[in-house]
Amino acid sequence: MILSVASGKGGTGKTLVATSLALSLEGQMPVQLLDCDVEEPNAHILLRPAIDSSEPVTVPVPVVDKETCTYCGLCSEVCAYNAIAVAGRTVLVFRELCHGCGACSYVCPAGAISEVGREVGTIESGHAGGICFAAGRLNVGEAMAGPVIRAVKRLADSKATVILDAPPGTSCPVVETIRGSDFCLLVTEPTPFGLSDLTIAVEVAREINVPCGVVINRDGAGHDGVERYCAQEGIPVLMRIPFDRRIAEAYCRGETLAACMPSWQEAFRELFDRVRGLAAVGSAS
Amino acid sequence: MLSGKGGTGKTTVLASFAALPENAVLCDCDVDAPNLHLLLEPVIRETHEFYGLQVAHIDSEECNECGLCVDACRFEAIRGFQIDPLACEGCGLCARVCPLEDISMRDTLVGHWYVSNTKYGPLVHARLRAAQENSGKLVMAVRKRARELAQETGAAFILSDGPPGIGCPAISSLSGASEALIVSEPSLSGIHDLERVLGLCRNFSVRPLVCINKYDLSDENSRRIEDHCGDVGVEVVGRIPFDPDVNSAIVQGRPVVETSDGAASREIRALWEAIATCPVP
Repeated sequence: MILSVASGKGGTGKTLVATSLALSLEGQMPVQLLDCDVEEPNAHILLRPAIDSSEPVTVPVPVVDKETCTYCGLCSEVCAYNAIAVAGRTVLVFRELCHGCGACSYVCPAGAISEVGREVGTIESGHAGGICFAAGRLNVGEAMAGPVIRAVKRLADSKATVILDAPPGTSCPVVETIRGSDFCLLVTEPTPFGLSDLTIAVEVAREINVPCGVVINRDGAGHDGVERYCAQEGIPVLMRIPFDRRIAEAYCRGETLAACMPSWQEAFRELFDRVRGLAAVGSAS
Repeated sequence: MLSGKGGTGKTTVLASFAALPENAVLCDCDVDAPNLHLLLEPVIRETHEFYGLQVAHIDSEECNECGLCVDACRFEAIRGFQIDPLACEGCGLCARVCPLEDISMRDTLVGHWYVSNTKYGPLVHARLRAAQENSGKLVMAVRKRARELAQETGAAFILSDGPPGIGCPAISSLSGASEALIVSEPSLSGIHDLERVLGLCRNFSVRPLVCINKYDLSDENSRRIEDHCGDVGVEVVGRIPFDPDVNSAIVQGRPVVETSDGAASREIRALWEAIATCPVP
C-alpha cells in the first residue's frame, strides 16, 4: 500500500510522522520511505540512511540544428511556456522554462529539433536499517519539482508499505505526490493557520479521490477548531501528539519520536492498522 | 520573507512587521496555503480572477481511441481516453497529434487574487484553487499589483510573505525583492533547508539576511547557523526566543507585537528596527 503524509501548512511535523511510522513498522513488514519534498528534503536527517546510489533526473529540452532550421517560427508559436523564441536568424531556447513536452520537435517541419536531457535534480537511494530509502533533491535554482517527484515515485516497491513524505502546500507538487496513494495522512496543528491549510489540503485529497485522516501535532497548544472541523466533515483524527518542548528539542537534534520516545512505536503501529482499515473501506466504496 | 523549511515563523514575523511602519504595502506570496490574512483582518475591496495554462479536453463523441495522444503525452495525463486535468500541463501536444482534431484546449480558472484594506495598509493576497498549478504566475500577479500600489501611495516598504520551499513560487516571490529575510530555526532540518534557500538568494542575486526563530530550542544548532552564515558572509540580524505568547497571538488572530510585550515581541520589534534602518544594497 502507498501512504502519503501531507499537511498544507509547513512545519507541522510531516517528516516526524513519516519517519517515526517507518521506524515503527520496520521489522514487521517491508517498508520503503520515499522523500517527495524535493525542494527541501529532510527525511534523511532523521533516518540517517546509507546512500548507495545517486542518479540524475533530467528533463528533455530542445536543441536546434542551425544547418537545417528554416527559422519558420512554428516551434515558438506552439510552445505553451514561451521557452523557445525565433528572432531573425537566431533561435533562443530558455531551458529553465521548458517543461519537456516535446511539442516543438513534433511540429518542426524541417526536423531540425532534437532533444537532450537537462539535469534538474537527483535521486539518492539507499537503506536505513531495514527501511528502503529514496529521496528526490531539486537542484537549487530550478523551478519545477514535478519531474523529480515523478522520478522518486517510480521507485515505489509494490511489495512494500510505501510511505511518501510530501512537500507542504496544496498545489502541483502536493498533487503529484499524493495522487495514486491508497491513503493520505494530513498532519496539522491546532491553530487558525493549521486549520486554514488543513481545509485546503482536504479539498485536494477529495479532488483526487484519496481517502484521508488527520494527525494533530502540538495538541493542547491552540484551540479546538481543528477537532470541530474534523468532526463536522467526518474526517477521523487518528493520532494526537502533545505539545511538549522535549519533542521539539529532540526534533532539533534530528531525532524521531519513535527513537527518542520508544513507547510511541506501538501508537504508530496502531495508527497504521487503522489507516489500513480505512484505506480498504476507501477503495471498496 | 522566505524560509526554505515550512513552519519556521515567516507569517508571525511578517504580520508583526506589518503592524510597525506607517507606510507599507503588504503582500502574501504564499498563494497555495496563505495565512497572513488570518492575522490582519482584511476587508476585500478588489477581486480578480486568475487563469492558468490551458487544459486539454477530449470531445469523446468523435474519439476513436487510436491512442496517439496517450503516447505523445509526457505527463501521464491521459488515462482511459480521459484527460486528468490535474496532471495536464497544458502543452497542447495531444491536440496537435489527434488525427480527428477532437481535442480542444480550454482556459481554466485556477484561483483569485484580492486587494484588501487592513488597518496596517493595503494587502494584496491570493488563493490558488486546491490542487492547481502555476502558483509562480499567480505570485507574479500579486507582486505586480503590490508594486503598483506602493508607487501610487508612495509607500516606503513592500513587505511580502513568501512560501516554503525553493521551487517555482519561492523563486517568483524572490524576484524583484531588494532584500530577503530568511526565517530559520535551530533544527538540523532547518539548517539543511537554510543552506539551500541561501543558495537560491545567491542564484538570483538578492541579499539575504537571517533571523533565527526559537533560537533557544537548541543553542548548539543556533551557533551552527551563526557559524555557517559567518562563513558565507550573511548577516544574522535577529534571534527570537521560544515564547508561548506567539502561539496565543496566532490563536487570537493578531500580530504578536500587538498582543504581547514578551521576549519574542521585543525581539521582533528590534529586528524590524535593524532591517528598516539597514541600507538597501
